[in-house]
Order: sequence, then structure tokens, then C-alpha cells
Amino acid sequence: MSLLEVDKLEVSFGRTAAVRGASFTVEPGETHCLVGESGCGKSVTALSVMNLLVRSADRRAQRLAFQGEDLLELSDKGMARLRGNAMAMIFQEPMTSLNPAYTVGSQMTEVLRRHKGTGQRAATDRAADLLARVGITAPGMRLGQFPHQLSGGLRQRVMIAMALMCDPQLLIADEPTTALDVTVQAQILRLLAGLQRDLGLGLLLITHDLGIVARVATRVSVMYAGEVVESAPTAELFANPRHPYTQGLLRCVPVPGKIQRDQPLGAIRGTVPRVGPGFEGCAFRERCDFADETCSHAIPRHQAGVTHDFLCRLPA
Amino acid sequence: MTAIEVRNARKTFKAGKRTVVAVDDVSFSVREGGVLGIVGESGCGKSTLARLILGLLPADSGEIAIDGRRLVDLDRKARARLIQPVFQDPFASLNPLARVRDIVAMPLRAQASFSKSEVAKTVEEMLTRVGLSREMGGRLPAELSGGQRQRVAIARALVLRPRIVVCDEPTSALDVSVQAQILNLLSELRRDLGLTYLFISHNLAVVEHVASEVAVMYLGRLVEREPTEMLFARPEHPYTKALLASVLTPEPGLGVPDVGLGDTLPDPANIPPGCRFHPRCPIAEPRCATTTPAVKPRPEGGVECLLA
Repeated sequence: MSLLEVDKLEVSFGRTAAVRGASFTVEPGETHCLVGESGCGKSVTALSVMNLLVRSADRRAQRLAFQGEDLLELSDKGMARLRGNAMAMIFQEPMTSLNPAYTVGSQMTEVLRRHKGTGQRAATDRAADLLARVGITAPGMRLGQFPHQLSGGLRQRVMIAMALMCDPQLLIADEPTTALDVTVQAQILRLLAGLQRDLGLGLLLITHDLGIVARVATRVSVMYAGEVVESAPTAELFANPRHPYTQGLLRCVPVPGKIQRDQPLGAIRGTVPRVGPGFEGCAFRERCDFADETCSHAIPRHQAGVTHDFLCRLPA
Repeated sequence: MTAIEVRNARKTFKAGKRTVVAVDDVSFSVREGGVLGIVGESGCGKSTLARLILGLLPADSGEIAIDGRRLVDLDRKARARLIQPVFQDPFASLNPLARVRDIVAMPLRAQASFSKSEVAKTVEEMLTRVGLSREMGGRLPAELSGGQRQRVAIARALVLRPRIVVCDEPTSALDVSVQAQILNLLSELRRDLGLTYLFISHNLAVVEHVASEVAVMYLGRLVEREPTEMLFARPEHPYTKALLASVLTPEPGLGVPDVGLGDTLPDPANIPPGCRFHPRCPIAEPRCATTTPAVKPRPEGGVECLLA
């Protein structure tokens, strides 16, 4: 049984369709990366799994299940029982997701006291253990500090430690290192990868950075305009990208050591379109070099291998 | 011919009782037509250095000259004709109430020496030059995408035909596909118009792509400076090595590297004695905590490390 099953997820906000039929799974012990540019629906996908979308959002799916439990049928109370407990989330900007008015210690222990009924002393011990685990020196002192007293890298470590308080099986990380310096980014990703391996977590990692994807993902789903346009194991996706959007994205990234200075980078012309409900055909067709009139009709999903599929009229 | 000349520039800020040394005795020059990339972590002083060179902040001491003329001898209008900025956030750096056409015309109008028809003609040429359609001129910034806004910012920077452009993280707020478009445009414009760039970025892959030489900044000092190929092939400073090691290239299977910098983060208000990098340095020796390293010259640059 998959840890997380998402089948034909649709999310719309009024006349904007943010997610259009996205399907993927996260297996225990696997890092699944959702990659794409801003507005492609990757954060909305994560928020709909956690049921944290604004009330006005319309969320539908064939199936949305966590450890076999149907999340679509789950009451708010039932969801609150899972959230922060068996499934936890880390956000991009730790300053806005930590409460500035409470100490690190009180925010961390609250999770455990609420979900597990643990006493304050035991919860504090666990918080200190986890802070040490995420590489924070002098955890006892940090527990008494407020978020503004910590650097960006430390705050993100606190967020990770807090997400681990209740031993989650699924961790969703939405651009966890985008606000950080490259040096700190490498440290945080190394930490996440290590924790994921040691604890056997399923990790759903959302990023726009193909370098991060290449280095940490087991499997990748490329999103464009709300759809998963290509999905494959990481090495396969980088070696054999099939969707023109994936191919274009890979050409845009300057690779150190393989750079011809002043030679133009491959760029994708135009920008991501806004797509409404009922949009037909391929959303990438305006930017695609291979598009023809058939691209404005329903697009088939092709298999390019047992575990590799893509959404394009071009044959596999 | 030297386009930018910086000699012993220093800039400090006072925040309550703390004094932050943002730029600490920095010297370098950029030849005409060159692209100097400046890399470093947030808080290392790279944006302050950009502001000093643009004349937006006065230096506490030291001397800055652009195009062979001392910055302090130039008035605002003359400075604007020589050097122009492109900033990171095209959402914050464009007036939300002004039409694109007027945003790009502003530097021309501020010079008060062009006729209305000259302004209109130059603006139109510039918009075409950066890849914006004529019809875009009538739009407001909110009606444009991030990439289009950055094109407007570039058009505004180039409309006076300056010699030097300071690009401060020009693509950091953009998606990769758009980043590539903007980088290609900047390269093309530099070649066609013979511009000199000071190119600030935290993205080393981007710097490698655009810069002819690279300066690495750490807590207000330039700790290493080399032509781009040299710096990427044979970095000497341990900080440069760590920065390069933390670049995650899109190569599956390599995993996430251990950059070996530890958890001590630099505090510009509390600069360590000796080599300022020693608390994070993986190869520091006892003398690094007491002896301040001098710049060791290299044929086309220099490195500031006792162990190099």
C-alpha cells in the first residue's frame, strides 16, 4: 500500500484551475519531488493533501488517501488528528510559519502534548533531543529563545525538528531551502536526506530547483499548469526526458563546468499561461516547438517504460 | 581602460550599539567590457558594495571611480549617464502607478536635455531592443509577468546608454525558464552595446555563465578574485571551495555534498579576529585565529588566506 495516493486531483479557485488531474503516489522511505515553475500548482497540491486550502477552494479527486485512509471523507477533526502527527509539513519561509510570540520550546512541545498527551517535561526532553538531531548545538538554550533570535538556517532546522516531534510517516516539504544561502541549503538538504533515510519517512519534496531534484529525489513528477506532464525515476528523467517542457527546463539550467560563456542558454519562450476549468488540450502548446493543431485536443498519456510516463501527443 | 576602480572602500552602519562593517577596505577594478561577478552569502556586503559604486550610499572612506572619473566629482545627472542599476525584485523596483513607457522615459526626462519626440523615439527603440512589444508601453507593471518587468527594468537602465550596469541579483526572483531568457538578453546587450557589468548573485552557476572574472566576498572582504575559469577550476580559498561544493548541479546520483562549514554563522556586527573565516573554516590552524591574512597576489587576481 502506498503511503500517499493522489489520483486525479483537481483544485480550482473560482475561474482559475490550479491543479488539473494530478496523480502520483509517495511510498514509504521514498523521496518524491514535485518540480515546476511558479504557478504550476505544486504548492496547492501539497496544501490539498494537508487539507489546508482556503475555504473557497474547490478540491476534488478520484482518490486521496493516506495509509489507505480516505482523506476526502475525513472530518475536520479527523484531519486535525493526522496533521502534524502522522503527516507533517515544512514550509518555505520559517519566519512566517513559526509563531513570533512563543518560544521555540513552547511551540515544539505543544505538538506533542496535543497529539499524544505527553507531559511537559517529557515533551521538552524530546524537543531537545530532536534539536540536537537536526544539528543545533546547545538545544537547551534554543528552546528558551524566540524565533527572531535565530538565523534563517536555524529556524528551518527548528521547523524540521518540530515536524518530527510526533514521528510522522509522511513529511511534506514545500521549498524548504529556497529562502536560504547555498551553503545552508546544502546543510539542510543533507540533514533532510539523512533523516529520511534513518527514519524511513516518505518525503514529498516540492521545489523549482532541478539541482535539488537530481540530488535528493527517488522519483520526480514534473508539473506544468496544474498537470503532472511527466513522471519517472530520477536518473531516468534526467537521462531521457520525454516531454518538451521537461527537455526545455533541463536546457535552461546552467551547469557549472559545462558552461560555454556567452553562448545563449536554452530558454523556453513565453510564460506559463493561466488556465481555467474546462481548458482543453496541452497547456504548453503555445511555448512548444513541436506543437501542431492536434495539441488543442485531448492529450494522451504515453508510457516510456514501466515507471516512466508523460503527457504529450508525441509518441513514446 | 578601467571602467570601475575601487580603492580601499569602507562602509559601516550603526544599529544601536552595534557597528556593522558591511564593506571593509575593499579594492578592485573592472576593465571596460568585462563582467565582474560578485558572490557570497547574504549579509556579506555585496549589495552595499553595489550601492557604493552606484553612488546611492557614500563610502566612509576610500575612493571609487567610474569610467576614469571620481564618483564624488560627478553630479547625479552625470552619474546616471555613466552607471545604472538593475535590481533583484522587478515587483518592487517599478512604480506601480506609472505606465511602462513613462518608467523607461524617466531617466531621459530627468536629464532635461531631450525633446519630447526624442524621448518617445528612444523609449520605443529601447523597448524593442529588450524584446517588449510596442503595445506593452501602455501597460502598468501589475499587468506584466516577472520576466517582462525585468525587461522593463533593463530598458530603463539602458535608455541613457550608460557605460556600466550594476546587476544586483537580476534573475533571483524569476523562474528558470525566464531566468535563461533574461541572462541571454543581458549577454546580448553587453556585446552589442559594449557594456561593463558588475554582476551580483548568490547563484554560482549563473555567475559562471555570465562573468569574465569572479570576486568572492566574505564578511565585507573580497577573499578571492580570479578569472572565472581559474576560480571554478582551481579555487584556493577554503570559503570559495565550500561555496563551489554547495552548488547542486542537476546530476542524479551524486547526493548532497557535505560542505564542512559547521553551524557557526557569520555576524557582520561581530567580526572574528585573525582570519574572519576561521570559525567556519574546515582547515583552520591556531594561527588563523590571531593573524590577519594579507592578500596574496596572483597573476590575475589574489587570495586572502594564510594557508593558500
